[in-house]
Amino acid sequence: MRRQLPFILVFLAGFFMIFQYFVPHERSEFVYEFLLDWLTIIGGFAMALGIWSLIRVSTDKIRRKRENWGYSIITLAGLFSMMFFGITNWEDGSFGFYIYTAEGLSNSMFRHFFDYILIPIQATMFSLLAFFIASAAYRAFRARSVVASLLLLAALIVMMRFNPMFGAWIETVANWLMNVPNLAAQRAIVIGIGLGIVATALKIILGIERGYMGQG
Amino acid sequence: MNFFDRLMRLDRRWVFLFLTVVCVAGYYVDYSIPIRVTKETRSIYDFIDSLPPGDIVFVAIDYDPSNQAELHPMTYAIMEHAFRKNLRIIFTALSQNGPGMADQAIRDITDSVALDRTYNGIEYKGRQIVNGVDYTFLGYKPYFSIIILSMGQNFRISFPTDYYGTPLDSIPMMRGVLNYDNVACLIDLSGGNITDAWISYGQGRYNFPLALGLTGVMTAQYYPYLNSGQVFGIMGGMLGAAQYERLADNPGLAIDGMRVQLPAHIVILLFIIIGNIGYFVTRRKVQLEGR
Repeated sequence: MRRQLPFILVFLAGFFMIFQYFVPHERSEFVYEFLLDWLTIIGGFAMALGIWSLIRVSTDKIRRKRENWGYSIITLAGLFSMMFFGITNWEDGSFGFYIYTAEGLSNSMFRHFFDYILIPIQATMFSLLAFFIASAAYRAFRARSVVASLLLLAALIVMMRFNPMFGAWIETVANWLMNVPNLAAQRAIVIGIGLGIVATALKIILGIERGYMGQG
Repeated sequence: MNFFDRLMRLDRRWVFLFLTVVCVAGYYVDYSIPIRVTKETRSIYDFIDSLPPGDIVFVAIDYDPSNQAELHPMTYAIMEHAFRKNLRIIFTALSQNGPGMADQAIRDITDSVALDRTYNGIEYKGRQIVNGVDYTFLGYKPYFSIIILSMGQNFRISFPTDYYGTPLDSIPMMRGVLNYDNVACLIDLSGGNITDAWISYGQGRYNFPLALGLTGVMTAQYYPYLNSGQVFGIMGGMLGAAQYERLADNPGLAIDGMRVQLPAHIVILLFIIIGNIGYFVTRRKVQLEGR
């Protein structure tokens, strides 16, 4: 029963979600909303589990002084300080806890941490990609075969589209590349992925795919 | 070792150095770039421009600071355009760091709209943008697919209160606003796969007009939806944002950023071309030596 019950639940929930999509009845909508509420609740618990896991892994790393354990201190300090500043504030000269309210979210430290630490860090990490892409393009983007040459040519044209020096003709050619060959290939990929998702979903609903139970 | 051999073995640090110099120079040298507007961007601008005052535009800020350079200018341009046209906006942020981005954009644009300005020959008087009257920020909830689905039933299922903890029913702007049926269009500004969920679970199921603001690398992937009519407009990367700024006659972060992006692209193009010249010459040399 311990193995059969989850299959039955998955089958019923999966089948109902397919069924209700085509039945816009009041009762169907009610059950649908009820299931969505449950999904949100389960999702909330998953996030709580994630935070707990991060704390446990980090504290364990610090306690055992594993490699790069110092970074775990910074991780935990960041986590707790953002939580602390997100739910507290100095209002009219007095300190208070403001959980999930405008006062808590307008804490200047909370905003400054985001604006002046998180934004520059993430933006820098992503900006570095441009340098790696430039280097990789120089080293790897070679016209080694006919197919590679076509890819290279298409990429150059699409990149040149950004450049107003090349005139309007490059825009026309780039738009054709995006709207005809790219569209055809992308559509085929999207339809393929869609069919794959449907097949996997059916396998899960019918109990053929049991990966979520920890079984192959 | 001849010139072309050296070219083929060029240290990557030279590439980094060239790119750095060009980016810094592009930023500091003041010059203007003519921006040609594509119909994908124009359709978004025209749609918003044609809406009557009071209509609601739903702006989904689904990106993190890593995509700030490309997507933040789009948010700024759309927000300012909408507020100048006296439209109202509902914001959500379904990526983890989205609320911070939305919060920052709201603060900046609220200040900007307070000033008297002239765009495209039309003078707009400055006005105070009021939370709950001109906009509502619903905030962040995890598991975007579920949230997108549930908002199709009722915004209150996922967001009983807004980001600042105010119950949705006590927000003046949200009275009578139940779900996607009550918004004129939805613009998703995204740097990840949340866009797929907006197309499949949002537009696919609830059939609202959807436009996308995407990072440059994502753009090509979403053209099929444009041609199928599921999406009525796409802004791609910083160029898309610059095009919107040009249409709105509101030069900002994107047009400014194009001065850096353009020379950087030229450098990358040149490096690819030089790399291929080196490759062909050395390959020919190897072939000749083989004979």
